[in-house]
Amino acid sequence: MYALKAVDKKFPGVHALKAVDFEIRRGEIVGLVGENGAGKSTLMKVIYGAYQPDGGAITIDGKAVRFQNPRQAMEKGIGMVFQEQSLIPNLTVMENIYLGYEAQFVRLGVINWKAMAAAAKMQLAKVKLDIDPATVTSALSFAQRQLVELAKVLTLEERVDGDLVILLDEPTSVLAEDEVKMLFAIVRELTKRASFIFVSHRMDEVMKLSDRIYVMKDGAVVDVVPQGGATVEEIQHKMVGRNVDREYYREQRQKPFDASKVLLELDGISLPGRISDISLKLHAGEVLCLVGTEGSGREAILRTIYGMRTPVSGALKIKGQAVGAFNPQGAVAAGVGYVPRERKIEGIVAGMNVFENMTLSQMGRYSRAGVLNVAAEKALARDWIGKLSIKAHSELADCGNLSGGNQQKVVLSKWRSGGSDIMLLDHPTRGLDIGAKEDVYEMIRDMSDDGVGVILVADTLEEAIGLSHSIIVLKDGAIQQRFDCQPGAKPSLFDLLHYMI
Amino acid sequence: MNRYLTRENAIRWAPLMVLIGLVILFTAINPAFFSQRNFARITVAAAPALMVAIGVTFIIVMGSIDLSMEGTVGLTAVLFCFLFLATGGTLAVGGWVAMPLILLLGAAIGFVNGLVHVKLRIPSFMASLAIGFVGTGAAVLVTGGDIVKIDDDTFRALLTWRIAGFPLMVYVVGGFVLLAWFIQSHTTLGRNFYAVGGGEELAHASGLNVRRVRIMGFVLAGMFYAVAGILQVAKLGQAESVSGANFMFISITSVVVGGVALWGGIGGVWNTVVGVLIVNVINNGMVVIGLPDFLQDGVLGLLVIVAVVLSTDRRSISFVK
Repeated sequence: MYALKAVDKKFPGVHALKAVDFEIRRGEIVGLVGENGAGKSTLMKVIYGAYQPDGGAITIDGKAVRFQNPRQAMEKGIGMVFQEQSLIPNLTVMENIYLGYEAQFVRLGVINWKAMAAAAKMQLAKVKLDIDPATVTSALSFAQRQLVELAKVLTLEERVDGDLVILLDEPTSVLAEDEVKMLFAIVRELTKRASFIFVSHRMDEVMKLSDRIYVMKDGAVVDVVPQGGATVEEIQHKMVGRNVDREYYREQRQKPFDASKVLLELDGISLPGRISDISLKLHAGEVLCLVGTEGSGREAILRTIYGMRTPVSGALKIKGQAVGAFNPQGAVAAGVGYVPRERKIEGIVAGMNVFENMTLSQMGRYSRAGVLNVAAEKALARDWIGKLSIKAHSELADCGNLSGGNQQKVVLSKWRSGGSDIMLLDHPTRGLDIGAKEDVYEMIRDMSDDGVGVILVADTLEEAIGLSHSIIVLKDGAIQQRFDCQPGAKPSLFDLLHYMI
Repeated sequence: MNRYLTRENAIRWAPLMVLIGLVILFTAINPAFFSQRNFARITVAAAPALMVAIGVTFIIVMGSIDLSMEGTVGLTAVLFCFLFLATGGTLAVGGWVAMPLILLLGAAIGFVNGLVHVKLRIPSFMASLAIGFVGTGAAVLVTGGDIVKIDDDTFRALLTWRIAGFPLMVYVVGGFVLLAWFIQSHTTLGRNFYAVGGGEELAHASGLNVRRVRIMGFVLAGMFYAVAGILQVAKLGQAESVSGANFMFISITSVVVGGVALWGGIGGVWNTVVGVLIVNVINNGMVVIGLPDFLQDGVLGLLVIVAVVLSTDRRSISFVK
């Protein structure tokens, strides 16, 4: 009944969806799996109307439709249950359920709260949630909120005549096991009224719940697997199965690191609820990859080293010096550089130009008594623009207008020009196109040659394996396994996956 | 498209275009508007307000807001008079000592303001508003509600001594504008204001001491308010607890009209200069074209809205709070 035919979506520098065919039948539960960046979320956004496809057609019961926004999609019966909780915490449950659709309860401009409460109660009954609709949302547990979100989407049932398609984006990520069971039971029961698209990283759950599974890779659907048609391993293979090109990750440039020179040492570092008892060493010239699922503690480790979080126990030594006070100023002074995942938020200041961004972390070097030596700053920026072939019309270009790859080069040169020799890279290639990715890989090898120690959280497992000297696999905040990754003797994806999930 | 006719250039020059447009408008209605005497009048009226507006520009560029200007200007003006009288009552003898002392006082008020905001984690809006009221209260306390007068010819030369038709005060303000521009574009502090306003998370993640930058911003703003306080005394020859009245509306309006973004990171000293001139041209123009008194406030408000619409870039923001 709902189908996408050859849907295409392009972003500057990225071909996010490549001629995707997707179909969902009445009462069906369809799984959607793929690595980060495979195009799952773009596909979802096209389905629920947040993005408009550049090519291809969307049809409902054979009729072509085009959604300008999610509200139009909702009017056709397509609803989204968001991964990050989309309820407004300071409103009550019923206000959240009917947000934007209060009109049905309004007479002469006054809301009939009783009618709304009664209607909300009915919606909550659909998901078997017995709570007072006047409860403030922030008082609910995560599982309850997830059900309220589902109930909110189910209001479509009354508003829309045709069939419903409901998207569930990682609905289980915050739930405990019995809560997941309950959610699945409810979803199965609701298939009488609606079809579901289920997106999850937890492969076993997808296999258990879905009638068919769409496997995505690099913006394309690589396979559609019927229930019981493949094992978890087979599906994982389809997800990542591309021939890892050794050239691509510059493996020939991987040289042994200097094991005698320890740059960084973590000993039993713990942050309650995030990481526990993390011990590791980073050597000069080493690329150390932290591998794990979302929330496995990779980011918390980076942020602790960078001084943005203070561990409750354990010790951190940077170049032999124990760190007493955890703050970014201290870390920067000790030679630590951090390239965060959210480039737009923590990587570059849009609106500031290239040289201003580059010297942001090292203004002390380019000033005397607080007065900046702008000429020296500009010279530095010109130097690095040339070195890394950054595509900017000059050092005065606004960084906000550069492409993602060039922004990343600015961020990297910011730290490298400041002499940082411990680099923390969190998804440095996220959202970059292939060419820009290769530039980043090249830079990482250059850094190793210069004796810089790199801790990397890679965008994909292949990237982690291809780039690293050593890999540490994390799960639920604890170290599971450590791998050596000498060229020619690298662990396989499945070796890692085994410890991740 | 012509390479000078880009959207960015349009945004950059829009406030200046609005200013020129207003000058042409008022001149068309009454040619007397376009005279050196009238321009001198406008600049004198704008001088203290410009100092206040420049102070608050730094804060707004950081993405915060400072509403303490009325109290700070009032208190510094009053205490300046007392100090000036106490140290001899004339610039020639010892009265000049009052000037650096009052600048320090302004800085101190700003420091307290920043501390309250940063250390007690009170939003700058509330912290500065409260400090402003404390300032006004303190001014009432020390004056007992009286007016303090200064009639020292050397000091009043700021207003009376004219070079090329413009009072000395205008040149002093020009000097401070250059100083502010220097701080903005050639010091680490100025750069830090933009970093904090453009991306506070990032500034923090780059190892900047964001809290210190914030406090320093308020200190700097306080000093500029103190300059405004002294100029206000020079202009009127007297001070009282309400010497700072109206500066809040005028200064923040000017900053916004000039194209400084209230959410931080965009705009700067030159925007504020143009903004202050726009507001003062409107004020002066209404008098020159003979608009009745009782209409002027309302018309000013309306024209300010029009000026903001014409001179600011609101396309990139989805929600305006």
